[in-house]
Amino acid sequence: MTITPTYQQPTERGYYGQFGGAFIPEMLYPNVEELRQQYLSIMAEPAFQQEYQQLLRDYVGRPTPLFEAKRLSAKYNTRVFLKREDLCHTGAHKVNNTVGQILLARRLGKTRIIAETGAGQHGVATATVCALMGMECIVYMGEVDMERQKPNVYRMRLLGAEVRPASSGSKTLKDATNEAIRDWISNPVDTHYIIGSVVGPHPYPDLVARLQAVISEEMRKQLLEKTGSELPQYVVACVGGGSNAAGAFYHFLEEPTVKLVAVEAAGHGIHSGHSAATSVLGKPGIIHGARTLLMQDEDGQITEPYSLSAGLDYPGIGPLHAFLADAGRAQFISITDEDALLAVVECSRLEGIIPALETAHALSALGQLGAGPDDVVVVNLSGRGDKDLETYIQQDLM
Amino acid sequence: MNRIQQAFQQDKKLLNIYFTAGYPRLNDTVPILKALADAGADVIEIGVPFSDPLADGPVIQQSSSVALQNGMNMRVLFGQLKGVREQVPNTPILLMGYLNPVMQFGVENFCREAAAAGVDGVILPDLPLDDYVAEYQDIFRRHNLRPVFLITPQTAPERIRRIDELTDSFLYLVSGPGTTGGANTQAEGVQEAYFQRISDMNLRNPRLVGFGISDKQSFEAACQHAEGAIIGSALIRALEGAEDAPAAAASFVSSIIK
Repeated sequence: MTITPTYQQPTERGYYGQFGGAFIPEMLYPNVEELRQQYLSIMAEPAFQQEYQQLLRDYVGRPTPLFEAKRLSAKYNTRVFLKREDLCHTGAHKVNNTVGQILLARRLGKTRIIAETGAGQHGVATATVCALMGMECIVYMGEVDMERQKPNVYRMRLLGAEVRPASSGSKTLKDATNEAIRDWISNPVDTHYIIGSVVGPHPYPDLVARLQAVISEEMRKQLLEKTGSELPQYVVACVGGGSNAAGAFYHFLEEPTVKLVAVEAAGHGIHSGHSAATSVLGKPGIIHGARTLLMQDEDGQITEPYSLSAGLDYPGIGPLHAFLADAGRAQFISITDEDALLAVVECSRLEGIIPALETAHALSALGQLGAGPDDVVVVNLSGRGDKDLETYIQQDLM
Repeated sequence: MNRIQQAFQQDKKLLNIYFTAGYPRLNDTVPILKALADAGADVIEIGVPFSDPLADGPVIQQSSSVALQNGMNMRVLFGQLKGVREQVPNTPILLMGYLNPVMQFGVENFCREAAAAGVDGVILPDLPLDDYVAEYQDIFRRHNLRPVFLITPQTAPERIRRIDELTDSFLYLVSGPGTTGGANTQAEGVQEAYFQRISDMNLRNPRLVGFGISDKQSFEAACQHAEGAIIGSALIRALEGAEDAPAAAASFVSSIIK
């Protein structure tokens, strides 16, 4: 029997090709197994879908606009559209996932929510839905990230969440995730862990991809209206763990004419020793319960990634993205801190939109696509730049 | 009968001690191992340090990161363990670590080197049962290594039965929710009920209780419900800053079983 491979759907054990799975200690097994057995059926319930769609519309503010960026288009001599996830409530795509997961958590009978956060966007999105639902919320955040994303720390606290610093390792996203997992090990009965990206043990990569898939679902309808075709030539998104890219790619994964472009953070340069370009620097390994491409030394110790942007300095990528890279389905590009900062200024000046530093990596790839004048390029504008203002001021962008 | 099974033939409660290889100094591994065995530890787990030990609390995390800074890795460890059976002939030795360093070293290489050093068993908390059966079991058996799997208060009975079938060593009963080295915060009676439930299952393998056991009192309490208990973080704390780490290890063992 031959099975037609699909990019969207992992196997029952959560594999995309050789990537994925659930490499977790026994202490997590009952929770992860419960989630695995129930997530698809709960998400298929009409009552769940109704509540989820209603919150996306009335609370998150969906559908988000698809905006034709005429001045960027003129500059790059191609048709550039921006999918305005920055206009979601809380300022980034992250809330699509947290709205879905909190509804799931309630149906699983959980009363306490934990999350990890890098740039703070996922932490804010989690704290927001916990406030909405009246649930206890604890967010783990690396000490370094707490320093460079102070406004988001304050926002989480204002929303009633407890922000706990992760002080091990590089004190960034990887370490915050370790601490959240350890919390879940210590609180196996009442707690649901809302992972913010398409990482972690199965079923999280599939669960989060499905909850972010609304991005590309809307894109197809909006493109049909604006260009006469549901299918663009390019979809471009930045990748740290890869949740906004998974959402932007999802409904185009099985459309071979659509080129998918994943943009990673090169930091000071891919081979500078200060980079987060996992698809280039990584090899298969296990992080946070998934087998994926992973930045590691020859002994299998996970190495510390670097990017000026707190949302992209993750040493792995989601197993879906590792598979897309391995299979050649997506093209991976890496963009340095410096080029991302130039893209912040360019998008601000040309379109009147100040993008998040993560998002600016995707915008910076516009010059490298080789897209023609008639090509349609959709860039997923995953988040707004307010949270990065302090970084922009320090970098003296003017 | 393997060395682990032989250890359980003794008419006493077993003390299983965990320590991190290459901690506090790179070359302390074998002297500490010998000191622990000579002082009366019945089973010894050598921790293979990993950068991101998810199941471990702060003490073992810290010892792992010191060991890595000291230069510990798989190759260095197996170099240190060459000939160790001349110094520690009978005490069962297990390697405990995480899957990624083993995968990068190569599972076959890892098992061959471990067996050559005289290691008896392996504990990899993040190795799923299905993956063990599908990809690791044949290699483990070929090299005469026993896997040890963890059981928690939430592990379902049918899963416990399956785990019991997959090894001839012991079952690692995690005392309660939490990572290694945490305090036991469960309500009175909850833990006893869990241990009793496992005991009533009449399993093939003996049981050792681990996580949150730190001194003579907690060791003896845990032993009431099992064939012995496992101590890790408390020993690491005793080694921290010790002038003579092997002597500190020996005196720690004495404090438990004197």
